[in-house]
Amino acid sequence: MKEITVTVNGVEHTLEVDPRLLLVHLIRENLSLTGTHIGCDTSNCGACTILLDGKSIKSCTVFAVQVNGKNIATVEGLAADGLHPLQEGFKETHGLHCGFCTPGMLMRAVELLEKNPNPTEEEIRWGISGNLCRCTGYNNIVRAIQYAAAKMRGDELPVTDPEFV
Amino acid sequence: MIPSEFEYCRAGSVEEALDLLAQKGPDAKILAGGHSLLPAMKLRLNSPGAVIDISGIGELSYIKEEGSHLVIGACTTHGDIAKSTLLSEKIPMIVEAAAEIGDVQVRNKGTIGGSLAHADPAADWPASLLAGEAEIVLASSSGERTVAAVDFFQGLFTTDLGENELITEIRLPIPDAYTKSTYVKFEQPASRFAIVGCAASITRSNGSCDKVRVAFTGVSSTPFRDQAVEQALEGQAPSDDNIEAAAEKAAMSVEVMGDHFASQEYRKHLAKVYARRALQAVLS
Repeated sequence: MKEITVTVNGVEHTLEVDPRLLLVHLIRENLSLTGTHIGCDTSNCGACTILLDGKSIKSCTVFAVQVNGKNIATVEGLAADGLHPLQEGFKETHGLHCGFCTPGMLMRAVELLEKNPNPTEEEIRWGISGNLCRCTGYNNIVRAIQYAAAKMRGDELPVTDPEFV
Repeated sequence: MIPSEFEYCRAGSVEEALDLLAQKGPDAKILAGGHSLLPAMKLRLNSPGAVIDISGIGELSYIKEEGSHLVIGACTTHGDIAKSTLLSEKIPMIVEAAAEIGDVQVRNKGTIGGSLAHADPAADWPASLLAGEAEIVLASSSGERTVAAVDFFQGLFTTDLGENELITEIRLPIPDAYTKSTYVKFEQPASRFAIVGCAASITRSNGSCDKVRVAFTGVSSTPFRDQAVEQALEGQAPSDDNIEAAAEKAAMSVEVMGDHFASQEYRKHLAKVYARRALQAVLS
């Protein structure tokens, strides 16, 4: 066992972990933060996306011991002060159906909008290409991110297309 | 999927990593970004007794100009390489290859050194490193040596990397100003690994192709430089016919892989198509 100290959503935790414990299991099982999902377990689907020192990564392909001393943000940390603009966007534009991919989509989009506050539709689609959604066909997810981008920039919010809601 | 048990060792410096490698012997594996090693460990294709984590070694993450070379630290992520303006100006195919790897999250974590050490036959890096005549610096507790990329890749998941060695740096000669390069790829739609990846780098003077370097990944179990294509174009003034004739020679001298995504015949066809596209892009 190895002792690690990691800050998750602003709270510092010191834990003893088996070196082979995956980060996603640390988050879900040791810390009971089950918003981060396990989809494919092969770094393809992106359901387990979290932020590690501000960068979106797939937590199924990192050992928990590797994040010693680092900062992690999971979906649970987003709504600290009411819904995050991205969460509001997903709600307003129906950016989810079953919801399984949503936490990963949200965390990926957090980094995306931080690096590029005014992305084009194509940039959003490339930006979330490591996150698979099997329900929505992505259109409303793209709209949700556009909604959040507009809100975070302080721009007028896009009119929600009645055809898609 | 849970990997089998292992001893975890964190190295704070290259020296410490090399000492650990010497101590732990052939049963040890180096862990950097983990995006090649972890999947292999989860499937128990690889069950090392000890894992030496070098991801915390800041001195292995850099992209800089050093005399006549651009040098990349082994722990530099694909994402940092994809964003490098220095590389983009001098050797664009390197940046293009980096940007083709996986997705943002994978590029945020995976490292160039890890990908090279793993030597997946469908990895993106080898083509542009071969076409760029890269050298790979390998360190061990008994010293350092430099291997040409063409000698480094030896087969399916097989390289010249010794059991006690660590990849520390990738060195790329800065091509002269009249050189253009590109990396193009036909990707497996789910994994985004290369079914065929082709890098081309061409130096021109007075309208003719002085130096042509063309290399493939994904086509054969070992990535390779395709000298038949290179020689068909070297010394020639580029034309549609010349490009077509050179591309037709692609993958003639290797045993082409076949699988349920792309048969041998189809892959060979794709190699010609992607050779032509790469040459056209560079010569347009």
